[in-house]
Amino acid sequence: MPMIHMTVNGKAVKGHAEPRTLLVEFIRDTLRLTGTHVGCDTSQCGACVVHVDGHAIKSCTTLAVACEGAHVTTIEGLAHGTDLHPMQEAFREHHGLQCGYCTPGMIMSAVDMVNRKGHELSEHTIREELEGNICRCTGYHNIVKAVAAGAKAMQGMAKAAE
Amino acid sequence: MVAVPERCGRSGPINLREACGLLEMPWPQAGRPAVPHESAARHVAGSALYIDDMPEPAGTLHIALGLSSEAHADITGLDLEAVRQAAGVVAVFTADDIPGVNDISATHSHDEPLLAQGRVSYHGQPVFAVAATSRLAARRAVAKARISYAALPAIIDIAAAQPGGVMVCAPMVLQRGDPAPGLAAATMRLGGEMRCGGQEHFYLEGQIALALPGEADEIIIHSSTQHPSEVQAMVAAVLGVARHAVIVEVRRMGGAFGGKETQGNLFASIAALVARATGRPAKIRPDRDDDFIITGKRHDFLLSYDAAFTEDGRIEAVAMQLAARCGFSADLSGPVTDRALFHADNAYFYPAVRLTSQPLRTNTPSNTAFRGFGGPQGMLAAERLMEEIAYATGQDPLDVRKANLYAPGRNVTPYHQTVSDLNGLALVEQLEASSDYRARRAAIRAFNAKSPVIRHGIALTPVKFGISFTATAFNQAGALVHIYTDGSVQVNHGGTEMGQGLHSKIIEVVARTLQVPQEAIRISATNTGKVPNTSATAASSGADLNGKAAEAAALTLKTRLIDFACRHYHLKPEQVRFTREGVVLGTSVLSFARLAQAAYGARVQLSATGFYATPDIHWDRASGKGQPFYYFAWGAAVSEVAIDTLTGEYRLLRVDILHDVGQSLHEAVDRGQIEGGFIQGMGWLTTEELVFDAKGRLATHAPSTYKIPACRDTPPDFRVALAQGLAHGAATIYGSKAVGEPPLMLAISVLHALGDAVASVADYRSCPRLDAPATPERVLAAVRRLKDSGLGP
Repeated sequence: MPMIHMTVNGKAVKGHAEPRTLLVEFIRDTLRLTGTHVGCDTSQCGACVVHVDGHAIKSCTTLAVACEGAHVTTIEGLAHGTDLHPMQEAFREHHGLQCGYCTPGMIMSAVDMVNRKGHELSEHTIREELEGNICRCTGYHNIVKAVAAGAKAMQGMAKAAE
Repeated sequence: MVAVPERCGRSGPINLREACGLLEMPWPQAGRPAVPHESAARHVAGSALYIDDMPEPAGTLHIALGLSSEAHADITGLDLEAVRQAAGVVAVFTADDIPGVNDISATHSHDEPLLAQGRVSYHGQPVFAVAATSRLAARRAVAKARISYAALPAIIDIAAAQPGGVMVCAPMVLQRGDPAPGLAAATMRLGGEMRCGGQEHFYLEGQIALALPGEADEIIIHSSTQHPSEVQAMVAAVLGVARHAVIVEVRRMGGAFGGKETQGNLFASIAALVARATGRPAKIRPDRDDDFIITGKRHDFLLSYDAAFTEDGRIEAVAMQLAARCGFSADLSGPVTDRALFHADNAYFYPAVRLTSQPLRTNTPSNTAFRGFGGPQGMLAAERLMEEIAYATGQDPLDVRKANLYAPGRNVTPYHQTVSDLNGLALVEQLEASSDYRARRAAIRAFNAKSPVIRHGIALTPVKFGISFTATAFNQAGALVHIYTDGSVQVNHGGTEMGQGLHSKIIEVVARTLQVPQEAIRISATNTGKVPNTSATAASSGADLNGKAAEAAALTLKTRLIDFACRHYHLKPEQVRFTREGVVLGTSVLSFARLAQAAYGARVQLSATGFYATPDIHWDRASGKGQPFYYFAWGAAVSEVAIDTLTGEYRLLRVDILHDVGQSLHEAVDRGQIEGGFIQGMGWLTTEELVFDAKGRLATHAPSTYKIPACRDTPPDFRVALAQGLAHGAATIYGSKAVGEPPLMLAISVLHALGDAVASVADYRSCPRLDAPATPERVLAAVRRLKDSGLGP
């Protein structure tokens, strides 16, 4: 089995993976980062979304070996210690979750959306952009509110970092 | 100020509340910041554990199931040699390897083998199980089986099942008066049929179980189930051991919706079988497609109705038959089809009525519980009837609905229970006004008259939903509460958390009762070793039942602490008050933790059980009479849609909901249930279509072909309000009402709004009779039918 190397949540990691091993399997089983979930197994529900080199991807249909040398961020990599990322805080605060299974993927997609579309997101944009993330519990209402609020709060984070 | 239930003082727990001085304690409700879901911080951080996230013990085996490729056949050969020889395989199991009983029928119907024995009864039925060193190895090995079959005649759908009429259980009849004379002598009479589809649960976390063998015959099962006690019973029966040897634990589920009320039994039992036989931990997580193919779904129904009514649209007599595709086994189909009958009146009074169920056996997965539990299908029949009468009498369907609502003197249901809280008309009229229904309807008519292609539609439909398990024995719950000497409180109760916020509500109940901060309370994983003989977390009853049990346990502890304080500090009971600032002891205040520590020092027991049994309910299925429900939950919704009459495509434009949750235990949770339930119901009635082919194979077995609502399918204008000031005579926990299932049926307004839009193409002169799900194809077909009817302008 080939050895693959990545930077995951800022840390250099390596591990053996079969050529067919999926990125989500490498993340969950090898690295034991289980916040990234498997919902549909076929790249449609979005529970498995992570960032690879700054872009949101569905890790259940990405091969681990294809991410050799990549920078990967999972839901566990968003918070700073016990301080939640503004998007995480927004989902918590706005009750943007029920069973929580889709939540990590939703948050990773939402952060990616802000990175691409900016901090002032219209409801229409949020809804268009979240088409690839399925939630069976909430009816999306609070998720949309959470993403809009989180996007605004991330602006504050960007400014604070400057 | 929390309203005090009117009938308090009748039962033990209520008297205790008074004894504990709880009634004098106002609990700030309005203006209190919304408390997040108890697991919210862990969910957003990715640290909330589901079963698949738990570290697997060394040597864990992974299980895959070999499934039937036939809908109905005798197994003539089962060659598993290549499976046994496959890489990584440790053991292979067939029905012959089951040490106990090969049956997991939830209703003791003995018609649901864990593994098929000699005969398969649906496509996708588990025939054998493979345990291997990895999930992939198990799945690869399964494909090497050689099974030969001798096909038997297969009955796939209701149309094929009805002539033979083989049923999975005895049908039910509800009758009050005799509708036959009324129908025969009717001034106006109409009859018809409506089809409504089933629904896949699509819980985001699929079915899963992890079994850990212990010493002797002991075993611990982590199961994604709404009903840990039933999993315990099934595993014990399959293994041939006593229930005391089996512990089932559920931390949380990633959604369930009824799909894990009985459907988890199979996976837990298989994992237990493998763990027991091999002595190794065993885990099963079926692939999503297999999950779709193996497990049961919401029942699809054929609803037949016949009604007599007056010229102004008031019903005189009703006869209905509600036929359901139940699948190969009984599962919960008896109670599901019963509940369909219980809701075939929805919120309407039928002066003379006869309702009959037809739970039909078919060679398909065994249909099961799904949010609403048959109620939504029954309600569809009532609402279709209202729609038919409106078109037959040339009225606004809302006026027909209002004329038929339960009202004083017209308040007895087909099952002879009197509807005591007559909230229907008040609720409907409030929503009619707040949604501006009349003016919008007029505007829509004007718009449609000038719009050749796009047509709008609007509808207002009510919901009345009976709260309680109709199997009266299930209306009981237990809890176990510990106070530790640092003042922290651990609560165990029989309910399971599937995202609905039950644990958040129980924390609220215990926090209010003991007047401690929410952070001081932790809800343990649901565990059959802590609270035994629990009911399924189902029937919307989780908070009603377990909340009362947790309150009872907390009150017992509170009473002990008060007794202790009176002895120790020489006080009278009325001098001891629990407040958020601490426990007031005469003129001084002690922290809850200090009091607990002092009580421990005086050898006071700081652990208590609580129990609750819903009062006043009884039901006799044979006579069709009784009081099956403790109370009713009410709601109403207005939906407005736009359809494209050339393609059948549509959009939901605006939804107004007014829903009754009593005194909300947790407003954010309740609103979430209303919004989520509505959207899930909308999916059922619009885009979610299950297609079985002629051989009984499910063609829609993944989200690629089975479309649940996505983020853009929800209404851009979504107004949800909690009803205020409605009557609520039942003494529920802190005056709250069940909210899990009722909002799903608010989505019936979407179906009827689509119908209203369709009807515009024939100038509203013909009933659109949209079946469900009203996919764009069905909408287009209905448009064409009405256009071809020659009634159009």
